[in-house]
Amino acid sequence: MLRVDARNLHYRELNEILREAERSGATHVEVCNVRGQRYLGTGLSADNMRIVVDGIPGEDLAAFMDGPTIIVRNNAQDGVGNTMNGGKVVVLGRAGDVVGYGMRGGKVFIKRDVGYRVGIHMKGYMDKQPILVCGGTAGMFFGEYMAGGILVLLGLGREEGQPVVGDYCASGMHGGVMFIRGPVEEYKLGKEVRTFELDAEDRQRLAPILEEFCADTGTENNVLDFESYVKIIPVSARPYGRLYVY
Amino acid sequence: MMYSSTRDEKFALFPGPHVRSRYRERELSGCGLIGFINTDRSRVAGDKIRRGLCNMEERGNGLGSGFAGYGIYPEWPDHYALHMMYQNRDVIVDVEKFLRSRLVIDHEEDIPCHPGGNITDHPFFRRYFCYPRPPAGEEACAPDPDELMVRLTFDVNTRFGNAFVISAGKNMGVFKGVGFPADIADFFMIERYQGWTWTGHNRFPTNTQGWWGGAHPFSMLDWTIVHNGEISSYGINKRFLEERGYICTLMTDTEVVAYLMDLLIRRHRLSFEEACSVLAPPFWKDIDRMPEPQRTRATELRIVYAGASLNGPFAFLLGFSGGLIGLNDRVKLRPLVVGKKGKTVYYSSEEAAIWVLEDGVTDVWAPPAGQPHITFFADSEEEAKGAVGAARA
Repeated sequence: MLRVDARNLHYRELNEILREAERSGATHVEVCNVRGQRYLGTGLSADNMRIVVDGIPGEDLAAFMDGPTIIVRNNAQDGVGNTMNGGKVVVLGRAGDVVGYGMRGGKVFIKRDVGYRVGIHMKGYMDKQPILVCGGTAGMFFGEYMAGGILVLLGLGREEGQPVVGDYCASGMHGGVMFIRGPVEEYKLGKEVRTFELDAEDRQRLAPILEEFCADTGTENNVLDFESYVKIIPVSARPYGRLYVY
Repeated sequence: MMYSSTRDEKFALFPGPHVRSRYRERELSGCGLIGFINTDRSRVAGDKIRRGLCNMEERGNGLGSGFAGYGIYPEWPDHYALHMMYQNRDVIVDVEKFLRSRLVIDHEEDIPCHPGGNITDHPFFRRYFCYPRPPAGEEACAPDPDELMVRLTFDVNTRFGNAFVISAGKNMGVFKGVGFPADIADFFMIERYQGWTWTGHNRFPTNTQGWWGGAHPFSMLDWTIVHNGEISSYGINKRFLEERGYICTLMTDTEVVAYLMDLLIRRHRLSFEEACSVLAPPFWKDIDRMPEPQRTRATELRIVYAGASLNGPFAFLLGFSGGLIGLNDRVKLRPLVVGKKGKTVYYSSEEAAIWVLEDGVTDVWAPPAGQPHITFFADSEEEAKGAVGAARA
């Protein structure tokens, strides 16, 4: 196991150490005293590598990552999993805005709340279907312009009357599927989507994802209460088709 | 390097950035905001805010950094602490003649600076502990001192062209210029000051030039503003302000926010919440869903103050003598997180910087779009709200 003290290290130095660790075949790296260093894990592709981060990683954690697993013991900032291609990121606290921006594969699990435009531009292709699960609440523009993959919001730990998701949810969504556990007011939804009950196939697809999320984040709540979920999917491939005709 | 006055008028104020470490050649964008307030008014040295700001060095490119400190002049608590920036020494004599005609100055001195390191070409800074003279013949009905200081600020900023008011509030001061956070902090020896509220900014200018007067914070009286984002409505706001006696001369969009807050709160007596809802107004579709009386009030504010609303992405921290406010635009296009531990409330563009200020701040959240997070001092909560609200009720 390799221990790295990130104190006073510039993010380029720290990422060089991680790339060197990957080249030398290290499978378990502990990075402590992280204070905002950016792009941790960027471009790494070793499937068997596991990086545990203590402290608060900076923007774009695991951007373009393609294989390793990163566990963050505290909160994370904006852009977690930006354009990620493979591997897994587990944040045991909250995360900032644009989590999973343009994500194309792999899994991101955020235990608590997330910010704005989470899952924006997520996309999938054939077997590359990114999975992004957030345990708490989300702000506005959740899943904006989503084009693929699976985006899940559980709304756990919210106060009485606090909404699960903000306005403009799924606006511009034209692919992929979104599952939200909790009421989503109609006015908040983008014009391109509609809500549905979960059918047997949805439940079958969602159950293992939720179980993995609960195991990885230590979430004990019963989140398999499928009747309290809504499925949100686009209902037309050309929502703007008539918009510019008149 | 000898500074020669034959240079271009403002050259000394516009040195280019210098690349310090080998990692800096590719600049990232974003501007960094950091601030904290000790609600029990306990004062701390300026090196704390410096550490937090330096942790976000990636968010600036060396074209501007600055700090605002409140409670830093305990020996002159009721005087206006006028911070002046002079392009060179020989303009000081004329400007000070003008200042003496408008101010009673009880104490004046150079602001201690420590050039060297990366700051070699720099303007000169002096400070004056003073209060305004009522205009001749108007002694009986002179406007209040705040109003006279606002007028003085604009008179100086428009009259000389090589001398500018950097800040003019009571028991507070702004220290800013062209350089990286550590450079500006060293230049002004910020660790020598003890304050109960501090804000800091490192700049990545997007549409205005980097110059010593264009660094943040911007201030008017004791309002100070550090801003990450762009005020796309600058032209409309500038015109709206000029019709009401506020003149923009510092060639940076952020300037309008300091003047708008002064106008809305000090002159028009709006509450802090309402002033913030003018700057980041709710959408009409959200106003339609509001119950009364909020709906009518929100409609009134949007109609009357259309020229004061800010368009464009922003996050800003507004410091004032009664507390500290953090506000995002109404679709939150810039990061802002707030943290709380004990008697201290922290505001930052990045959560990690809060941990650098104080380890293990776990009570952290992101204020929703368009909704200010306002922190008053424990002793001024009612007084700050009451003073403003009462006049309007």
